[in-house]
Amino acid sequence: MLAVSNLVMRFGGLRAVDGLSFEARAGDITAVIGPNGAGKTTVFNCITGFYRPTAGAITLTHRNGEKFPLHRMPGHRIATEAKVARTFQNIRLFAGMTVLENLLVAQHNKLMAATGLGVLAMLGLGRYRSAEAAGIRKARHWLDAIGLTERADDPAGALPYGAQRRLEIARAMCIDPVLLCLDEPAAGLNPRESEELNRLLLRIRDQGCSLLLIEHDMGVVMRISDHIVVLDHGRKISDGTPAEVRADAAVIAAYLGEGEDDEVEA
Amino acid sequence: MDYAYALQQLINGVTLGMIYGLIAVGYTMVYGIIGMINFAHGDIFMVGAFLSMIALLGLAALGITWVPLALALTLLFAAAITALYGWTVERVAYRPLRGSFRLAPLISAIGMSITLQNYVQVSQGARVKPIEAVIPGGIQVMNQGGFTVELSWMQIAIVATTLAILAVFTWLVKRTPLGRTMRACEQDLKMASLLGIDTDRTISLTFVIGAALAAVAGLMFLLYYGVIDFYIGFIAGIKAFTAAVLGGIGSLPGAVLGGLLIGLIEVFWSAYFSVEYKDVAAFSILIIVLIFMPTGILGRAEVEKV
Amino acid sequence: MTPLRDAFLSAAVALGLFGPMVGLLTVSGEHGLSLELRPIATAVIVGLVFLGRLLVLSWRGRGRVETYKTNRALAEGIAHAGKFIAPVLLVAAVALPFTGSRYYVDLGTLVLTYIMLGWGLNIVVGLAGLLDLGYVAFYAVGAYSYALLSTTYDLGFWTCLPLAGLFAGCAGVMLGFPVLRLRGDYLAIVTLAFGEIIRIVLTNWVSLTNGPNGITGIPRPTLFGLRFSMEGGEGTFAGFFGIEPATIQRVIFLYYVILVLALLTNWVSLRLRRIPLGRAWEALREDEIACRSLGINVRNTKLTAFGMGAMFGGLAGAFFATRQAFISPESFTFIESATVLAIVVLGGMGSQLGVALAAIVMVGGLETLRDVLSFLGDQMNSPLFAGIAGQLPLYRMLIFGLVLVVMMVLRPRGLISGRTPTVALGARKEIAAELVAQGRG
Repeated sequence: MLAVSNLVMRFGGLRAVDGLSFEARAGDITAVIGPNGAGKTTVFNCITGFYRPTAGAITLTHRNGEKFPLHRMPGHRIATEAKVARTFQNIRLFAGMTVLENLLVAQHNKLMAATGLGVLAMLGLGRYRSAEAAGIRKARHWLDAIGLTERADDPAGALPYGAQRRLEIARAMCIDPVLLCLDEPAAGLNPRESEELNRLLLRIRDQGCSLLLIEHDMGVVMRISDHIVVLDHGRKISDGTPAEVRADAAVIAAYLGEGEDDEVEA
Repeated sequence: MDYAYALQQLINGVTLGMIYGLIAVGYTMVYGIIGMINFAHGDIFMVGAFLSMIALLGLAALGITWVPLALALTLLFAAAITALYGWTVERVAYRPLRGSFRLAPLISAIGMSITLQNYVQVSQGARVKPIEAVIPGGIQVMNQGGFTVELSWMQIAIVATTLAILAVFTWLVKRTPLGRTMRACEQDLKMASLLGIDTDRTISLTFVIGAALAAVAGLMFLLYYGVIDFYIGFIAGIKAFTAAVLGGIGSLPGAVLGGLLIGLIEVFWSAYFSVEYKDVAAFSILIIVLIFMPTGILGRAEVEKV
Repeated sequence: MTPLRDAFLSAAVALGLFGPMVGLLTVSGEHGLSLELRPIATAVIVGLVFLGRLLVLSWRGRGRVETYKTNRALAEGIAHAGKFIAPVLLVAAVALPFTGSRYYVDLGTLVLTYIMLGWGLNIVVGLAGLLDLGYVAFYAVGAYSYALLSTTYDLGFWTCLPLAGLFAGCAGVMLGFPVLRLRGDYLAIVTLAFGEIIRIVLTNWVSLTNGPNGITGIPRPTLFGLRFSMEGGEGTFAGFFGIEPATIQRVIFLYYVILVLALLTNWVSLRLRRIPLGRAWEALREDEIACRSLGINVRNTKLTAFGMGAMFGGLAGAFFATRQAFISPESFTFIESATVLAIVVLGGMGSQLGVALAAIVMVGGLETLRDVLSFLGDQMNSPLFAGIAGQLPLYRMLIFGLVLVVMMVLRPRGLISGRTPTVALGARKEIAAELVAQGRG
């Protein structure tokens, strides 16, 4: 469903991503792994419209066959039309707003459409009331899913770290994505929280949303991914099922820093 | 006459630009290190101009009339006292707000600006203060069709002094330990403090140096125009800040370049279009530059961290 | 450092600062400028700094912890009392004209104008987190729109009011369109430049605006077609109700006009916060990048905030024009922008009540100060004060500037700094100021 082909992203003289191609299949959890500085987050930023790639194409295909050229769509339309949601490596919640408000902001476009240019909603008329009630119902659904219903009225910035991670995922899910991109969702989590996260991600996948994740925690990656793409120096060095990747000599070399050929390539 | 006229404007523009550049350096230094617009900096410049005038008059009263000596002493006196003003402003109005929310120091700076303006108005009166030309005369560069291009000694003195001061300043920033700590703080204030740099002291010194440069600009302004009042700091301040932004805020050569550009734009616009709209021209160019080059001319391009 | 030594050092610094500036007065004489010594004034100031520093040090030494606690308690107190203060203020505002005092009604009108401006700018700065240093430009656009429309096309206030708001809003959108992608202080300086551009154009476009001389004879508003004129008779307020015509009737009417306009601004902002648009503004203030990832059109959302704020500025401007019956570019200087911004920040960004309180304190205080100073000036007959007495009113802005600094140092987050959630499953809990962002735009 997501096809990245010949993606190049240059910052000045540095080629952060250098001719990368891979595919993520619908209904899969695809993990992008690689050593630090391999260009994983840059790929994410290209997919979600924060960077415009120097060259190459990123195409997303919905189940109904509709195609979206993500490499040239403006950022906000990638979320609203192509339905790609993401989280961030350093959590970006609306810290001064409550948990519930965070989840309602995520449904902005749908709720906004129900406000009749704002005027009717301001007067308390029109469809807005029911739309907001529906928005709150959806927020509750995700609050239950991530176990934060009790804290719905607390500011997001006051939550513990693990809860903030989960909330960010729930917030991304509130835009009803077909593809959810997670940038190191397990970073900083303790084993128990990590286990909860795994369950949450599998549950999201089973609901029909595809996942793309960057992760350093190999425990998480190997346990839940259906497909792994390994990057090093902005290029793909391996691609396959967890078992295949684990057996790949190039991956081991990249992670252990062996192999002079690496530097020759660079 | 056309070339001659343009040449004269070029000379005037560069002179004015030097003054803006000197003020702009103060803005850009403070912005580079603590990321705030020091709104009171324009008024520090005005205070420097007043102190220069007081010093000149005082020296005359003491019988020191040899112009080079009088000017040198004035420069030192004005720079020293203005630096003290800069230090005090930082200590009183900005340091307590360090690490606070971003708008509090801005409002505090605006308050300081209002305070300084009215302080000078109250202490020295609201009327404009004219002084006689300190260095009269000049050289006639060329004469074309009855239009004489004149390069006054004053302009030469202003440009020469400014360049000399900027050279010393550049040396200070590039080659001395003080400059190194300043640049370290600019890169990363928290890290610099973790590495044992006394950041409070460095920031204070930044204000002191910026104020001293503004005092030099104040003296130059006084010499060039021969008349000052308590309100000159506001407009000059906005234009110098515009210059700093135009050149790329945080960049010292950018500040001087921006100052020169603003000076030239202002002078040429006044000469060829209308005096009334010279500031509109400067501000419009600022807006246009920022739209197409959001980080200014010499500013570092920012890659958005996501 | 012992307090005494510290105080001596402060006094030495003060001597360096004030010695030349206060101690040496430049006077214009026949032979150009000369200097005059003022040793006593300098000595007094240096002495005051010495004593002041001693006092501050001893006060700090004794009650540091307690001050922190009282500060905290005060903040919570204000937040809790907010529920009662707001209705009390409202009742007081409605009842004010019944005092019958022209002075209070005029002062109230002035304060309400600033409250309205503060609430308007609060949408931009407090909710959307966009730093606008040129808000006065939209105030000017509104004022000149009304003045020109009414004097040129003979249109009435109530027809022009929405037009003035519309023009100012359009000006906001037009300025915002290219510049709103700039961030932080770049936006601040561009808006500041825009404010100055508008003022310079108003000053120099003489054929349209009559330049620095301003526009006179701007018509006053009517009450359902009834004029407030001194002749009485048919078609006037006094004539219709069969009462003696008096200026105070018009003054009071204007007061209620601005009260209604201000309350309208308040009501609209409060409602806006509770709909998706307002929530998106606040989200933008918290984290723009996250907003983009959620599919919020950042540019349009910013534009609506900018345009909405500008519109209220324009409405206030139209009111200003009709109240003064005369406007000139002098009324639209940077100091106005700075005052309104100070009101918003001091109020505690985003808090409606805080903005109102800050406007009352600052504008009311400034006016009271004017009277106190001129009263004091009149009392100082002794020759000892000869130099100061006449100048005393000039100290007003000096004190204003110092108060701004002191208030910011004492309460950097403003009077009411918490945030009330816009929606809740259970009870709404105040959000501590430390968590709320101030925006980078």
